[in-house]
Amino acid sequence: MVEHRPWNDIIAYAILTLGVFIVAFPVYLALIASTHDAATVVGGNMPLSPGGRAPENYYRAVFVGGSRTSREPVGHMLTNSFISAIGIAVGKIFISILSAYAVVYFRFPFRKTAFWIIFVTLMLPVEVRIYPTYKVVSDLQMLDTYAGLILPLIASATGTLLFRQFFMTVPDELLEASRIDGAGPFRFFWDTLLPLSRTTIAALFVIQFIYGWNQYLWPLLITTQDSMQTIVTGIKKMLTTTDELAEWQLAMATAVLAMLPPVAVVVFMQRLFVRGLVETEK
Amino acid sequence: MEKSAFFNSKLLPYLLLVPQLVIKFVFFYWPASQALWQSFLREDAFGLSSEFIGLENYQALFAEPQYYKAMLTTVVFSTLVAALSLSIALLFATQADKNLKAAPAYKTFMIWPYAVAPAVAGVLWIFMFQPSLGTLARPLRAMGFDWNPLLNGNHALILVVMAAVWKQISYNFLFFLAGLQSIPKSVIEAGAIDGAGPMRRFWTIVFPLLSPTTFFLLVVNVVYVFFDTFGIIDAVTGGGPAGATTTMVYKVYADGRLGGDLGGSAAQSVVLMVIVIALTAIQFRYVERKVQY
Repeated sequence: MVEHRPWNDIIAYAILTLGVFIVAFPVYLALIASTHDAATVVGGNMPLSPGGRAPENYYRAVFVGGSRTSREPVGHMLTNSFISAIGIAVGKIFISILSAYAVVYFRFPFRKTAFWIIFVTLMLPVEVRIYPTYKVVSDLQMLDTYAGLILPLIASATGTLLFRQFFMTVPDELLEASRIDGAGPFRFFWDTLLPLSRTTIAALFVIQFIYGWNQYLWPLLITTQDSMQTIVTGIKKMLTTTDELAEWQLAMATAVLAMLPPVAVVVFMQRLFVRGLVETEK
Repeated sequence: MEKSAFFNSKLLPYLLLVPQLVIKFVFFYWPASQALWQSFLREDAFGLSSEFIGLENYQALFAEPQYYKAMLTTVVFSTLVAALSLSIALLFATQADKNLKAAPAYKTFMIWPYAVAPAVAGVLWIFMFQPSLGTLARPLRAMGFDWNPLLNGNHALILVVMAAVWKQISYNFLFFLAGLQSIPKSVIEAGAIDGAGPMRRFWTIVFPLLSPTTFFLLVVNVVYVFFDTFGIIDAVTGGGPAGATTTMVYKVYADGRLGGDLGGSAAQSVVLMVIVIALTAIQFRYVERKVQY
């Protein structure tokens, strides 16, 4: 800072602390609610300190499921979420890195066309074409399958653009040197480009894992069986009654479990996360 | 930008592109063209036959008061969310940009809600403001304020806006902080030497230099409100009460699924596509050029 005024720092701390409070409070409340019994939560006078029912609530949420809603236990939904989030992240990285490699390191007819075909899909989020895409997936017999949850979401322009951008910064001399050493396209990709791309891959993985985990509309549409739903879609169904009869303490335990993996990714891989976020938006 | 060194294989580049292009055609271009085609058709109730009706779906759409209501809701919703989340995030980012010892810790605490799914964020906020049991709703009602987002459309919209803003602050914060940190300190020092106080320096130096970030975030936020808030709306209000929180995207979903009006829903999808394409085009035109004074 240019001038140092102690009160300036105090104001900054006060505003930031308020910010953290606003950001944390809804989650704190969910955490608290997941440790009380149903009556305490529904009674409306829930204390702001933890209760003693956490083990029971989490056990029931994960392994048993709600009693009034006869829904799947959350453990199963967590598995579905993990499979689809990892599938989406890995699939996206796989097809993006290959197509970026083709577009950057080869000269062939229709190269520009291929690039534009990929690029234009930036403008077609799932939301604007939900029913026709649903019909395609149902015609392909992929409703209620992991393929149906994953494949339509792995095609995105962002991954290809990100890898293209990174490949452009790789010095040409590396390719020339590999060629002198007799390396073909496969060798160069495997031994030179892929190791150099590690950080980019990791950053993209972090962002895409969160993206995949947090999907809502698409899994909601294409899963008809409870056994295939993801945790983010399942939690809403616990509350469809939206009255006092909903088992809020279980719903809140589910919410906490649904937040845990992506939040852990952001907190523990913060540098990769920030990098991925900033770079995919360029 | 082109590479000067490259491979000359004839077949390989196509093979590398196959997985990407197959997915694009099957799940993007084919459905998008279907949406366009369906928007000119009328299907009978069983989906057995369809006839070409030209622009009738669009005429019906633009004659429907509900559609204008959804448009208005979308505009109000986007404006509120973008304005609030951008200004709150900017306030926090300017504070975190100061030379504080604990700034990195605050940064971590500010950014993690990015990872919370919109639908989960919605559930957290309805829990706080559920009229009969919500921890924050009860004091409101105890003070005699008849807070009820389940019945009152304005309250429902306020609740959805709060949840959407809460979720978006972290993203805006991160980009504002990066933008602030890229402003050269020498410019600010020059302002200080000329006798400008902190407020003056912010509005005449920092804020204008931040305009590329602000503009970029504005577009991103509008796109966010259009699409990503679907989960929040569905979890908090389900588009209700009486359509008060039905945005254009929510209406595509609701009309196609519950109403079964595929032609009308397709026409709405096409309108949305046009809006997204316009937004993306604006973003690329201006972000590339870097808005600055």
